[in-house]
Amino acid sequence: MKKIEAIVRHHKVDEVKEALVAVGLQGMTVTEVRGFGRQRGHTETYRGTEYTVDFVPKVKIEIAVNDDIADKALSAIVGAAKTGQVGDGKIFVTELAEVVRVRTGESGPTAI
Amino acid sequence: MGCTNHWSPAVRGPWWGLLSLLLVFSLTASTAPSAWAQEAETETVEEAVVEETDAAEEPAAEEPAADATAAEEEETRTEEVAEETPDAAATPAPASPEQEYQYTINTLFMFLCGVLVIFMQAGFALVEVGLNQAKNAVNISFKNLMDFSLGAILYLFIGYGLMYPGADYAGKWFGYAGPGIMGMGDAASIGDQVNANPDAGGLKWSPNADFIFQVAFAATAATIVSGAVAGRLKFIAYLVYSCYISAIVYPISGMWKWGGGIAAAEGFADFAGSIVVHAVGGFAGLAGAILLGPRIGRYVNGKAMPMPGHNLTFVTLGVFILLIGWFGFNPGSQLTYASTVDANITTYIGVTTVLSACAGAIVSMIISWVMWKKPDLTMALNGMLAGLVGITANCNQVTLTSSLIIGAIAGLLVVAAIVMLDKLKIDDPVGAFPVHGVCGVWGGIATGIFGTALPVIEEVTLTRGEYIMLQTKWSLLISLWAFVNMFILFGILKMVGLLRVTPKEEQEGLDIGEHGLHAYDYVTTAH
Repeated sequence: MKKIEAIVRHHKVDEVKEALVAVGLQGMTVTEVRGFGRQRGHTETYRGTEYTVDFVPKVKIEIAVNDDIADKALSAIVGAAKTGQVGDGKIFVTELAEVVRVRTGESGPTAI
Repeated sequence: MGCTNHWSPAVRGPWWGLLSLLLVFSLTASTAPSAWAQEAETETVEEAVVEETDAAEEPAAEEPAADATAAEEEETRTEEVAEETPDAAATPAPASPEQEYQYTINTLFMFLCGVLVIFMQAGFALVEVGLNQAKNAVNISFKNLMDFSLGAILYLFIGYGLMYPGADYAGKWFGYAGPGIMGMGDAASIGDQVNANPDAGGLKWSPNADFIFQVAFAATAATIVSGAVAGRLKFIAYLVYSCYISAIVYPISGMWKWGGGIAAAEGFADFAGSIVVHAVGGFAGLAGAILLGPRIGRYVNGKAMPMPGHNLTFVTLGVFILLIGWFGFNPGSQLTYASTVDANITTYIGVTTVLSACAGAIVSMIISWVMWKKPDLTMALNGMLAGLVGITANCNQVTLTSSLIIGAIAGLLVVAAIVMLDKLKIDDPVGAFPVHGVCGVWGGIATGIFGTALPVIEEVTLTRGEYIMLQTKWSLLISLWAFVNMFILFGILKMVGLLRVTPKEEQEGLDIGEHGLHAYDYVTTAH
């Protein structure tokens, strides 16, 4: 089992969701986040004073997948979230120790 | 309480208003007026009501010697003006059906315009909340609610009588007609005694509508300041300020012009209140902003740091509400509407108002675009308000071309003033002083430059130069009056430590520090 955290652009969220559903994913968690990478921030002007916004708003998508579809899920996210411009985001993959379905108490790969 | 002629000037002071506040509660509804007077002018010159002296209710016992003089004066008055006396032989000429019709139209229209001006409170609240941080939204909303609530009640008991003391104080600096609507205390059914025949000393509109209209203007002047002092002024200090401006400062300088006082006698023109309302509020705000100092983090190492407003949609909605409210403010100030001439002037004022507002917004947008590469929404919104403030004094006496020029220059001035305040490190989060103070004075002076109604003083028409000088003089004098008064009040509050919240409270937000509350559920940390 793997946990995939993908930081993507706001306007790519729907496309990523469609792509993940297409490879068989049944659930995901989405969070509004702020941060910066190589894109850095951007400058804004407020009432005549310029300032930089260091933390750019992004969306974080978290999914848990079984090992067999992990690669397909990764390429689905990359395919859907990519624009080719700096600032497209990052994907972090970690090993998942345990998953429990709250309703039934079942655990392991069948709980995903 | 009605006739207060027997009070010598020496005993009239701010404390007298407080005394009146106590006295008014002891009044009975039986203190009916014996005579009404109202000057037939387009300006809001209103005269006091002379009441029958009710020895039991009057504070005459405190000054028995002066009372006799009062009685004599009253005798003289009642001979001069046609009167309505329930218990006397003289019966006033009854109002004709046409006069009753005019009275009704005037009254109801003024009432609706007053309501539109009260709607501006919503606009001010949204502009100020939106241009400030989310952590102060409750505090700013609360201040907007309280300046209206406290101000409206104090204006009834003190302010209204100070602002419209009556013909006895024509051309003077100060007067007082007593508390209540037209000095009538808490008389319950003012409408019953009104004679709608202006030719026989009657009224052209109901005093009730007049009060609603006037209190809305007083509330406008008061609410301007909360934006300039946002993010750091203590709530209690704002309550004290609200009482002072609504009860004392605004009514006294208002009396100089609209109460038939010294400025009106000299021919000063301020149709709907660029100076009387907006400059008073703007300069009061400047005094507060100077004494408070900037918000923490606003100027770091001599450099201005932006503290962006948290909801520019609120600000935009607020400005549109203010624009709508201004159609009560300016056209409503025509005061009489029941004739083709009045109808034409009233709507013409609407046209000059909208032209100036739009010119202001466009010019501010262009300047911000040129100076900072991108068009700045908050500057353009301030520009629209600047255009509205600038045209307010002269909307009834300038050509359409002039109204465009006045609005355009206001749009330029407001951006210049915002930049200038930043250079001076005076923190005015919403631009209250640039919009209302600077453009208010501009509106007053513009009246002298573009106004077509040159005043006639003692049968001599003022020259253009004299008119400009007169307008400039009173624009600055009334602004100075508001600035000095508020500087003293805020100075006293500062000395006793009631002016500014602690740095910790300021950084966490006044919502939590002052009210233990936040406006939005997702705001958990200061940002």
